[in-house]
Amino acid sequence: MYFDSLSAAMTMGGHGGYVWSAYAITFLVLGVVILRPILSSRRLRRDIRSELARKATVSGVSNAS
Amino acid sequence: MWRIVHQFGSPPWVYRFCERVIPWLLPITFTALVIGSLWGLLYAPTDYKQGDSYRIIYIHVPAAVVALAGYYVMAAAGLVSLVWKIKLADTAMRAAAPIGAAYTAIALITGAIWGKPTWGAWWVWDARITSMLILLFLYLGVIALFEAYENKAIAARACAVLSLVGTVNIPIIYKSVDWWYSLHQPASIKFTGPSAIDASMLYPLLGMIITFYALFAVLMMINLRDLLLDDHRSSAWLKKQLEA
Amino acid sequence: MTEYQGQSGFEYLRAQTGRHLSLLISKPSEMLNPLFFFLLVIILFPIGLGPEREVLSDLAPGILWVVALLSNLMISQRLFVDDFDDGSLEQLVFAPVPLALAALPQLLAIWLTSGLLLALVSPVFALMLGLPEQALIPLMSSLALGSAVMCLLGGVGAALTVGVQRGGILLGLLILPLYIPVLIVGSRAVTEAVLTGGDPTVPLAFLGAALTASLLLAPFAIAAGLRISLEL
Repeated sequence: MYFDSLSAAMTMGGHGGYVWSAYAITFLVLGVVILRPILSSRRLRRDIRSELARKATVSGVSNAS
Repeated sequence: MWRIVHQFGSPPWVYRFCERVIPWLLPITFTALVIGSLWGLLYAPTDYKQGDSYRIIYIHVPAAVVALAGYYVMAAAGLVSLVWKIKLADTAMRAAAPIGAAYTAIALITGAIWGKPTWGAWWVWDARITSMLILLFLYLGVIALFEAYENKAIAARACAVLSLVGTVNIPIIYKSVDWWYSLHQPASIKFTGPSAIDASMLYPLLGMIITFYALFAVLMMINLRDLLLDDHRSSAWLKKQLEA
Repeated sequence: MTEYQGQSGFEYLRAQTGRHLSLLISKPSEMLNPLFFFLLVIILFPIGLGPEREVLSDLAPGILWVVALLSNLMISQRLFVDDFDDGSLEQLVFAPVPLALAALPQLLAIWLTSGLLLALVSPVFALMLGLPEQALIPLMSSLALGSAVMCLLGGVGAALTVGVQRGGILLGLLILPLYIPVLIVGSRAVTEAVLTGGDPTVPLAFLGAALTASLLLAPFAIAAGLRISLEL
């Protein structure tokens, strides 16, 4: 590590607040951009699957009768 | 050769491809992102002029570079969709827009945070900052135009035209802003050119640029998969895919 | 359309320009709207900034150009809207000239009655802001050239958004980024003229080049936009 101690890495000679907040905001924005489509895909897949299952049971009932 | 081209235009093939590679690529790129950030934050040496605030460069510059490249990706997809009427190109264009906007926003926000300790102000009307701000508006325009249309097929065509018009304008905007800036303020603010950077700083920077490109590609796939699910929810191939 | 048969492309364009001009002139209040907007906003600046002559004349090139840009944005929002609503926009497709050319008469008429008009009366407002006399000609020519470029760019945005509900603010978002270079070069032309030893011909030449380029390219984008909006 370039810094002598963890606290030196946190403060970075007075610039720590700027640097760490910049990285935090970047990871926050990237997190939103990554998670939003993943969660939406998961919901869509669940919707489509449950629709398929419902159709399957309906056709199964009509076949049996 | 033609089969490969054909495969790229086929939604089932692309969907399956995304399904297969995302579980691998996403963790790998994210790990690379974390490692690159820690390298830049903790292991790269301090800049003797700017002190440690320069460490923002490891996210700021990659985000800015890829944000600009992303616009060309989006416009190229728009061109393909207009000329060859490939529907998947529409989807790719829609997938690229929010990522590009997010990257541009990251570049602007980190630039502002970097500006405070370096120039003493959160915002400076520097040529590059101004150009990035305009780029953000270009991205937001494409997203807003898509949302405004009811008919999504027509919306995609309109966005393709808009992104192409934007492509013609981006060099003009950059040049004119540069010109305006150079006449307004003599070079009081200057970035060190990449060649002036020491290797111990250059390698993490290059690594982060590559990582940001890779993350853009992975995010494209994640968005593509989501949009394909939404567009093809009643297609037979998707049902078969999800039943398996 | 039968009524256009026997007309050459050139006659058609001239007739259309005349039609649009008389339509615009028949509603003078609407035609003068951008001009009144320009006047109102220009008056607000000295009141907001204070009456110091030096401050005002320093800021005058920027103020005049920004307000002119906003008036041009207002003008763009009216482009194609009436024709879209009454269906005459669809007739353009049957014109004896390509669609890219068929949309030009309307743009020309709008520019003549708003952009050029604004450029012609701008010295009055410029003198109110204390702009030096030697900058008046560069101001007028930069506004005339720049508003033509903005009219063409606005035409692209208007063609893309004319079919959209509440397209106004969307149009602003779409075309303001495209206006930025025009604003930079246009206000530079005026600033150069104010400075001692400045030369406004270079920025004016850039505006001329921008006009030529947009005359060549914008009609195709406008035609593509109109086809999309008309769902053809």
